[in-house]
Amino acid sequence: MATDVLMPQMGESIAEGTIVKWLKKVGDSVQRDEPLLEISTDKVDAEVPSPAAGVLLEILGKEGETVGVNAVIGRLGEAGEAGASAPAAAAPAPVVEAPKPPEPIAPTPAAPPVPVAPAVPSVPVANEEASGGKVRSSPLVRNIAREHGVNLEEVPGTGLGGRVTKEDILGFIERGKGTSAPVAVSITPAAPVPVAAPPAPIAAPPAPVFAAGDRITIEPMTNMRRRIAENMLASRRTSAHVTTFFEVDFTNIARLRDRVKKSFEAQNGTKLTFLPFVIKATIDALKALPIVNSSVEGDNIVYKHDYNIGIAVALDWGLIVPVIKQADALSITGLARASQDLATRARAKQLKPDEISGGTFSITNFGLYGGYTATPIINQPQVAILGMGGIHKKPWVIETPDGDAIAIRHIGVMSLSFDHRIIDGAVGDQFLAHIKKTIETTDFSALL
Amino acid sequence: MEVCQSRYLGLTPYGEAHELQKQLVEKRKADEIPDTFLLLEHPHVITLGRAADRANILVDETTRTQFGVELHETGRGGDVTFHGPGQLVGYPIIKLMPGRQDIRRYVRDLQEVLIRTAGDFGVTAEPRGGEFVGVWVGNEKLAAIGIRISRWVTMHGFALNVATDLNYFRLIVPCGIKPENGHGVISLEKLLDRPVEMSEVVKSAERHFGEVFERQMRQTEIFAI
Repeated sequence: MATDVLMPQMGESIAEGTIVKWLKKVGDSVQRDEPLLEISTDKVDAEVPSPAAGVLLEILGKEGETVGVNAVIGRLGEAGEAGASAPAAAAPAPVVEAPKPPEPIAPTPAAPPVPVAPAVPSVPVANEEASGGKVRSSPLVRNIAREHGVNLEEVPGTGLGGRVTKEDILGFIERGKGTSAPVAVSITPAAPVPVAAPPAPIAAPPAPVFAAGDRITIEPMTNMRRRIAENMLASRRTSAHVTTFFEVDFTNIARLRDRVKKSFEAQNGTKLTFLPFVIKATIDALKALPIVNSSVEGDNIVYKHDYNIGIAVALDWGLIVPVIKQADALSITGLARASQDLATRARAKQLKPDEISGGTFSITNFGLYGGYTATPIINQPQVAILGMGGIHKKPWVIETPDGDAIAIRHIGVMSLSFDHRIIDGAVGDQFLAHIKKTIETTDFSALL
Repeated sequence: MEVCQSRYLGLTPYGEAHELQKQLVEKRKADEIPDTFLLLEHPHVITLGRAADRANILVDETTRTQFGVELHETGRGGDVTFHGPGQLVGYPIIKLMPGRQDIRRYVRDLQEVLIRTAGDFGVTAEPRGGEFVGVWVGNEKLAAIGIRISRWVTMHGFALNVATDLNYFRLIVPCGIKPENGHGVISLEKLLDRPVEMSEVVKSAERHFGEVFERQMRQTEIFAI
């Protein structure tokens, strides 16, 4: 019976490792726990002990190669056993099994068609349909299940036809270890939908097969891209997203800005944008409706008394959300400086770890290219995110003492995506209405 | 709280310290000894990490020997570095427990120990990760970090420039960091422009190590080996 050697996870946020050196050759015998190879992550070298006693049958990850956590990098077995050709050969990855007679393909959990439908129960059902009550799996998976006393019928399968893959069962066991029930949905993005284990969920759905000669380029995702992908999906799985939109008249701020723009820039070395005003208005609204500045942990709502505002910054190579800590203590000028400073250093890759963590609410600006509005994804474990669309001059009906008139006003659409688990529609609207009122009616000149 | 034995060994040749570390690591893996924190200084030596590029040694063997600088290959992560008298080297040989089995966290914790230590002397240092891993004051590196982990027992560690003769760093491109990018190395003494007592730095580092890693530090004259 072959045992897979996996790239170990050397830390929570570590998605891959580089193979530095194999300490054993194919055919060498090893003891359990004897150093088998050396890997390197983040300039830290580590020895990987052998997961079992036996003979090294195959080396799948070459020296110098960087592979994802939990990737199979080698295979151990008994002397004489051939690597891949062994009959029980623990079908390495479900994708390999593709050429099979067509069978009803169960819906893959990665693409739930109806976003509101609770995803969890739907998957086991798919299993039963695909296999008439009997769960499909390989001998290896059944072995693991036996060893860990797991009932395979409880394990949601992501493989072809609802098959329970090795990743599925290992992920299931892993999740089961920490907390037994799915109650711990809370902050951990490992939560409800069983898309394999968190480190490599992106690879899980059966990939389209490309033939040689296809006019395509395949490029592995960077670490950052993988993190973004994981976080976005994890957020979609965790929160019940609802987005509300308000048209906001920025004319007062636009006028103030025109008045002080030059002197502000001369004094502070940074441009005065609409953003610091929006942050200020947001903090006022957070104070008025504290639930928006909270997070969900298990069955509890955790209210945060700090106002740490994350500002999404687009980078050429991805996206990052640096955080203005204790933003409520800053003036408009302070907020302008802080947001500019964080954005500049984000682009220069000079942010410190604690500057991208600890946010309690986030703001994203999609107006840079003239976008009208969008429905942002919540930055977990927060429960809402504010989106700013582009601010443009528009003909607008205003009320004057002489009756209604059409005026040219600076109008922008703001959106708020909130977690409907704990924020009701009315509260979401009140929050955005609060921001709108602050922006339209406050005399900010005193706050500069 | 877990106990961690610690000791300042003074000036110790690299090879000797390396052997001692290897023994301690094996004993620690087998739970025969408690966590151990070695503090010491090395005579002039250039060491090569696993990822070292020999092109980062800028002098030939003759010149190196003339300067009285040894050369050692080691199993730690990272590139080329230099150790010498006046540099406080710390080798924690500790077992990372399940909640802390995270090499990024371990590196961050070590950085925190160094930042707090520098802070005791009025120096504000900051951590950098990735290829610049270490503790920096502006664009100058105050402390280097190079680590090896075997079954979650740590080996190698950090090198904090207290009163190091920085001229020796010219023999190498330390950790592949090139001066033309505006990066350099710095010591506490140079930053403060006054002598710094090594024994004070040792005390400070021990204390912060205990706090950051939540260990009860116990100074030992003789190691439990």
